[in-house]
Amino acid sequence: MTTAIDIGALEDIPRQAARLVKTHFGCIAVFRTAEDKVFALDDACPHKGGPLSNGIQHGEQVTCPLHNWVFDLNTGQAQGADEGAVRTYPVRVEAGRILLDRAALAPQVAAE
Amino acid sequence: MAMKLVVIGAGMASGRAMEHLLEANDEIYDITLFGAEPRGNYNRIMLSPVLSGEKQFEEIVTHDADWYESHGVTCRFGELVTGIDRMRKVVISEKGETPYDKLLIATGSSPFIIPVPGRDLDGVLAYRDLGDVNRMIGYAERPGAKAVVIGGGLLGLEAAAGLSMRGMEVTVVHLMGHLMERQLDASAGYLLQRELENRGIRVLCGANTKEIVGEGKVEAVHLEDGTVLAADMVVMAVGIRPNFGLAQAAGLKYNRGLLVNDEMKTDDPEVFAIGECVEHAGSCYGLVAPLYDMARVAARNMLGFHERFEPVEISTKLKVTGVDLFSAGDFAEGGGREEIVYRDATQGIYKRLVIRDNRIIGVVMYGDTSDGAWFLQKLKDKEDISEIRDVLIFGPGFAAGADADPMAAVAALPDEAEICGCNGVSKGTIIAAIEAGATSLDAVKAVTKASTSCGTCAGLTEQVVALTLGDDFVLPQAAGMCKCTDHSHDDVRRMIVAQALKSIPAVMQAMGWKSSGGCASCRPALNYYLLCAWPDDYRDHGQSRFINERVHANIQKDGTYSVVPRMWGGITTPQELRAIADAAEKFNVPTVKVTGGQRIDLLGVRKEDLPAIWSDLNDAGMVSGHAYAKGLRTVKTCVGSEHCRFGTQDSTGLGIKLEKALWGAWSPHKFKLAVSGCPRNCAEATCKDFGVVCVDSGYQLHVGGAAGMDVRQTDLLAQVETEEEAIEYCAAFYQLYRENAQYLHRPYKWIAKVGLDWVKARVVEDADSRKALADRFFHAQRIFQKDPWAARVAGTDSHEYRPLADLTQVAAE
Ligand code: SRM
Ligand SMILES: Cc1cc2nc3c(=O)[nH]c(=O)nc-3n(C[C@H](O)[C@H](O)[C@H](O)COP(=O)(O)OP(=O)(O)OC[C@H]3O[C@@H](n4cnc5c(N)ncnc54)[C@H](O)[C@@H]3O)c2cc1C
Ligand code: SF4
Ligand code: FES
Repeated sequence: MTTAIDIGALEDIPRQAARLVKTHFGCIAVFRTAEDKVFALDDACPHKGGPLSNGIQHGEQVTCPLHNWVFDLNTGQAQGADEGAVRTYPVRVEAGRILLDRAALAPQVAAE
Repeated sequence: MAMKLVVIGAGMASGRAMEHLLEANDEIYDITLFGAEPRGNYNRIMLSPVLSGEKQFEEIVTHDADWYESHGVTCRFGELVTGIDRMRKVVISEKGETPYDKLLIATGSSPFIIPVPGRDLDGVLAYRDLGDVNRMIGYAERPGAKAVVIGGGLLGLEAAAGLSMRGMEVTVVHLMGHLMERQLDASAGYLLQRELENRGIRVLCGANTKEIVGEGKVEAVHLEDGTVLAADMVVMAVGIRPNFGLAQAAGLKYNRGLLVNDEMKTDDPEVFAIGECVEHAGSCYGLVAPLYDMARVAARNMLGFHERFEPVEISTKLKVTGVDLFSAGDFAEGGGREEIVYRDATQGIYKRLVIRDNRIIGVVMYGDTSDGAWFLQKLKDKEDISEIRDVLIFGPGFAAGADADPMAAVAALPDEAEICGCNGVSKGTIIAAIEAGATSLDAVKAVTKASTSCGTCAGLTEQVVALTLGDDFVLPQAAGMCKCTDHSHDDVRRMIVAQALKSIPAVMQAMGWKSSGGCASCRPALNYYLLCAWPDDYRDHGQSRFINERVHANIQKDGTYSVVPRMWGGITTPQELRAIADAAEKFNVPTVKVTGGQRIDLLGVRKEDLPAIWSDLNDAGMVSGHAYAKGLRTVKTCVGSEHCRFGTQDSTGLGIKLEKALWGAWSPHKFKLAVSGCPRNCAEATCKDFGVVCVDSGYQLHVGGAAGMDVRQTDLLAQVETEEEAIEYCAAFYQLYRENAQYLHRPYKWIAKVGLDWVKARVVEDADSRKALADRFFHAQRIFQKDPWAARVAGTDSHEYRPLADLTQVAAE
């Protein structure tokens, strides 16, 4: 059984940029850092829904383009004084391909 | 009777494995060693000194004829193994079959050759063995020969340095943004590039090879961006692939490499494998340290012990004489991680430790790597460093039994200790200055010049002053750009020009940035400062721009975008209006609005539709209105002498000329103009950044107005007689603002800082200075005045507008 879906090549995302993956349950933003790490988060800021894929990336953080909340790409947690979190998805790179966990295609269930 | 062990591959891993086996017991196995190369085991990693001429091949041989003979190893060098029959337990080579009881596969890896046209031409080489080195030396001996090295990683750079030492003209072409990106962060990559360039090696980063051309042999390399590099030889050093075809054909399990377990056994218990050809627990390796461990583990297990391979942290060094760099562990930035960065700009030293949960998890060092081993040990030991954190970066000298208080460390410095390297100021000099009456940091700086050059010693100087003055010392308010640096915007701009810093990592290194990659606040500012200082050389860094400037539209609260085409001077035509109407319908634009800037806004366009709607507007002759830009926004005009009964000059015409001259330029903040045809001022010119009020005798030029969060009336800059003068003054004023203002300061804020007289002295009173400013402006315009929409319609940054993947077609689990 495959647990991961090949969503494209690492090279398809420029360094420090992000691109979207569309799913039935909304868009997932896939980030590539300056050091070639890849992260996948919901493309909706918990503040007012800002598209995080459009933010400026620095280190392993992204600043929301609408009101500058900052999120940790590892945990999805808002940094500093802001409170909230974005859902993250397991994603990895193998042989230059980006593999997104199939969980991304399942509807979000209430957190345990 | 001894068992028969056949070893395939006479490389670094097998050499080490045989040593372990034979040292322990040379009676158990009868070894036959096959090697495709016509020579025995040698120290492959020392090929680079052979290439550069610093060593002879004989010096890097690890096992010579005597060794094989005295240990009873049967050598079959220059003989390729072509098959393994595991049923009959024989290996097959040109000269027949050789039986084995145990087999050790150590076939290494093969260089990866990128599939560009021309890769088969004569003169395209890999860098893997002595044969390659000898071929390279052959080319280097031809007078005037040129080499292109594709790949700016460890191997490529060693090849480049070696060839350059042999007198070749060398260019390195590297796909990534900085050299050795797998081992170094951008700052260290920048220092390395500078060093190589100082040696005459040309380095092109972010460069993609399109093809290699030539008649039968290499003549040139063509890059994607159109650059043509003449070349007699091309070295491809872009990576390696585990070499396990033989094992694969023999039916052994493989993935990216030949699969082995912790005991270095393949899925056939009689067959062991080690080295670069294997994959262990999901990892393949390309450095010798782990391969040596594998060799030991395999040998021990062949002798009947049970030992397991456990990967440990490995560190990298580049073997180019005179270049000191070191990296180990995981040095990416990230949440939950802190970093300690030390930079000495004058000495070219950069050190960075990445810390998580009080433990070092990554190290990058450039320029001074003497403490590398010490840090690596702490990293391997997962040692808790919280006790010595403040002085950790200074290495064992400081940290051993150190007092955790950095002030105490400064207090302990002798009077002769140099504080400011640039200006040669010692601790004693600073204390003397204070005793002579300097009672503040600024006074000390003024008297001693400490920390007035590169500024990296500012912290130390401050500490000496604080120590000496005691309670009387009040730390000056930090005026740094952001939390990443204590340097002010002005200092940074000055240094960019004075030191010819031409990239974001270069600035961060030279000015001692405290974070490795900046933040959302300093990166856009640096990107702008560099763009302004080096219009010819600097390549805009889109990822350091706010989204609006990156995708050339204004983001809306719901994530859609607004599109505002230029309407020169507020003038439009029925055709343009029709095209706007058609586009609005075609793309279901929910709101069409007339803006306060005399033009039309299409609000609520989907990001994916942007290139298509721009294409339609382009077709009707319209370009981006830069309604999103820190750059020229609008030039409002009134109807002027053409129609109005009071108009004194053609205000509409001048407005259009100004807009055509200024559009497309980037500046610290947005820049708005207006031209009114008479002092009734219908175009509201006296609250603009630059406003023109036409009068009978000519044009009054006003500057520094605003009508946003602050409302400010303009001041009169000058009055001129002709349109040409008005345009030259405007360009000169804009350029002075562009070159001097702090990022995100509108002109009125900047003028409040420098004074209107200072501006007048450069733009009005000194004709040469005005002309030089205008010339610099128009020079930059030749580069920047391009419609960004047309470029994106043509494909620039297409990744911004298209999703990476659409999984709505894939069934959910
Ligand atoms: C579209 C427009 C309003 C309109 O419907 O008329 C507009 C819309 C925005 N203005 Fe404005 N301004 C517009 C004319 C003005 C004017 C009037 C003018 O230019 O004559 C002003 C006052 C004059 C001035 O700038 O001094 C104005 C002062 C501001 C300010 C305050 C600037 C300041 O220095 O105080 C901001 C905030 C900023 O730039 O930081 C701002 C920022 C914005 C932004 C870009 C807010 C943002 O960052 O998202 C708005 C984008 C809306 C959108 O989603 O598209 N807008 N804005 C006008 C576009 C003009 C154009 O054709 O380009
Ligand atoms: C120029 C250069 C510089 C390097 N610098 C460093 C460094 O500074 N630090 C570091 O840690 N590492 C460095 N490396 C990497 C290091 O050399 C390798 O990791 C190491 O050599 C791998 O050892 P191995 O035994 O797996 O393979 P190899 O040493 O490549 O040996 C494999 C041998 O098997 C032979 N072979 C393959 N197939 C067959 C067959 N079918 N029949 C017979 N023989 C066969 C090959 O010809 C080869 O001689 C460098 C490599 C190069 C090329
Ligand atoms: S006020 Fe002046 S400029 Fe405005 S329309 Fe009337 S005359 Fe022309
Ligand atoms: S929507 Fe992200 S910060 Fe407001």
